[in-house]
Amino acid sequence: MAAAAHDSLTRARVRTAWLFLAPMLFVLAIVALWPLARTLLLSLTDASLGAAGTARFVGFENYLVKDDGAWYGLLADPLWWLALRNTLTFAFVSVAAEVVLGTLIALILNARFRFRGLMRAAVLVPWAIPTVVSAKMWAWMLHDQFGIVNDLLLRLGLIGAPLAWLADADLALWSVIAVDVWKTTPFVALLVLAALQMLPEDCYEAARVDGIHPAKVFFFVTLPLIRPALIVAVIFRFLDAMRVFDLVYVMTGNADATLTLSVHARQMLVDFQDAGSGSAASVLLFVVIALLSVLCLLAMRGEVLGRRQ
Amino acid sequence: MMALARALAFRLLVAVLLVYLLFPFYYAVLTSMKGGSAIFSVDYWPRQIDFSNYARIFSEQPFALNILNSVLVAFAVVALSLLLGLTAAFSLGRIRFRGRSALLFAVLAVSMFPQVAVLSGMFELVRAFGLFNSLLSLVFSYMIFTLPFTIWVLTSFMRELPREIEEAAIMDGAGPWTLIVRIFLPLLWPAMVTTGLLAFIVAWNEFLFALTFILSNEQRTVPVAIALITGGSEFELPWGGIMAASVTVTLPLIALVLVFQRRLVAGLTAGAVKG
Repeated sequence: MAAAAHDSLTRARVRTAWLFLAPMLFVLAIVALWPLARTLLLSLTDASLGAAGTARFVGFENYLVKDDGAWYGLLADPLWWLALRNTLTFAFVSVAAEVVLGTLIALILNARFRFRGLMRAAVLVPWAIPTVVSAKMWAWMLHDQFGIVNDLLLRLGLIGAPLAWLADADLALWSVIAVDVWKTTPFVALLVLAALQMLPEDCYEAARVDGIHPAKVFFFVTLPLIRPALIVAVIFRFLDAMRVFDLVYVMTGNADATLTLSVHARQMLVDFQDAGSGSAASVLLFVVIALLSVLCLLAMRGEVLGRRQ
Repeated sequence: MMALARALAFRLLVAVLLVYLLFPFYYAVLTSMKGGSAIFSVDYWPRQIDFSNYARIFSEQPFALNILNSVLVAFAVVALSLLLGLTAAFSLGRIRFRGRSALLFAVLAVSMFPQVAVLSGMFELVRAFGLFNSLLSLVFSYMIFTLPFTIWVLTSFMRELPREIEEAAIMDGAGPWTLIVRIFLPLLWPAMVTTGLLAFIVAWNEFLFALTFILSNEQRTVPVAIALITGGSEFELPWGGIMAASVTVTLPLIALVLVFQRRLVAGLTAGAVKG
């Protein structure tokens, strides 16, 4: 009797759970699942953004097709491969730099010194500035004629003539990476700092008593202990960097030198009104990121298993 | 001697980092106060204080309207995602049912979606609902960013509350809605402030959807308005106005972040460190 009452109570609770989940699930289905499914479907058609309703099913032609002995479609387009290479370069270099610099800043913030409060507040400033604003700020600082960066480097004698940071194909991608590092390092620093603050005091006490060099302490004590937090930060940032759009679009537009997968997909979709190929480009980006996510998850699981053994 | 040198090197490092972190914004403020031809000379210190750039963005452009649009969108996004997030977090955090962890994982997966992957599908949807060039299209589409982390943070806070607090209320015959509003809401408000702020910042800064779904200048939000500011003529540098607009929308944000810094940092790192 009591068990049956308990049972019905549990059932009622579960019903409530789904009832209260329903609005959220409904909204997420509309804003995430449905558009994603439609993008997938559109990528198999020759739809155009302007003229809806005239789309024809074309199979995988937007991705890859052999016609008259030549290959067509995105996967045969050197521009898509260039965008992939730019995106991977952007993601790898910016995340590597952010982790090194972020860890350095976190170590400083974890030390006791007079201006710690100021430093902690200052770290939040680049993070708080909207991406579009930081892109514009840096685009102005990197201006080829009137920019302060060229002026400073000329005064210091580091360069002989002003450089076109954003127009020069050899420099543009690195400039954009540098701005991303400035903007996102604070986030990494905060994650690492949170990990540092949870470390036990006693092993540092022991190391100090034994007179071990701080650099050694960092590499043999601190680094292994904050490794899980670092890995989480790297994965978060890497998957985020792979979809970069605002920064690149505002600083260099659709220029080839900095073209990333997101910028490329939007260009086909909106500028060229080519909903078919544009959707295919979006789907390819989705697939690339999904594959990388799975790899990251596997790596993380290996990490957890490795630590248990 | 060694200790002194080391302390000096540390101070120097801190000073260099402070300049690196703060100089770009300082330079934006400096540029925004340059009138006329002063923009063509590089200055490291303020030489003139001239607010004509600020006056111009409000008189020559609908920038006040753009700010209002951004505020409206951001508040609507915060309210909607907190409401949906709170009810979902109640189910996910307090009730055991099959498929719960799969659901949480699916929500996390949504936050990994590249924005551009839903762009063409969302565009269709926005047009089908007749929301093209309307602020509602933004409120609606921003849910894809704000819902996942709102749900995650609120669920993890909800889980940590002890069982006893709701058991007593259930004994008294309180329904689930009463539980949420009377019991959990008062306990969860710190988490609500954190997630609300993060959602506000996300909505305030979003660019791609705002660029794609809004057509007219009067309906634009701040980031797109700033990205599209151009000079009066081909030979005029628009940077004074761009910097004035940038400073105007960034100062309140920086103030907000500094006031709430402890809460924000806790919210940002909560998911990642535990996860």
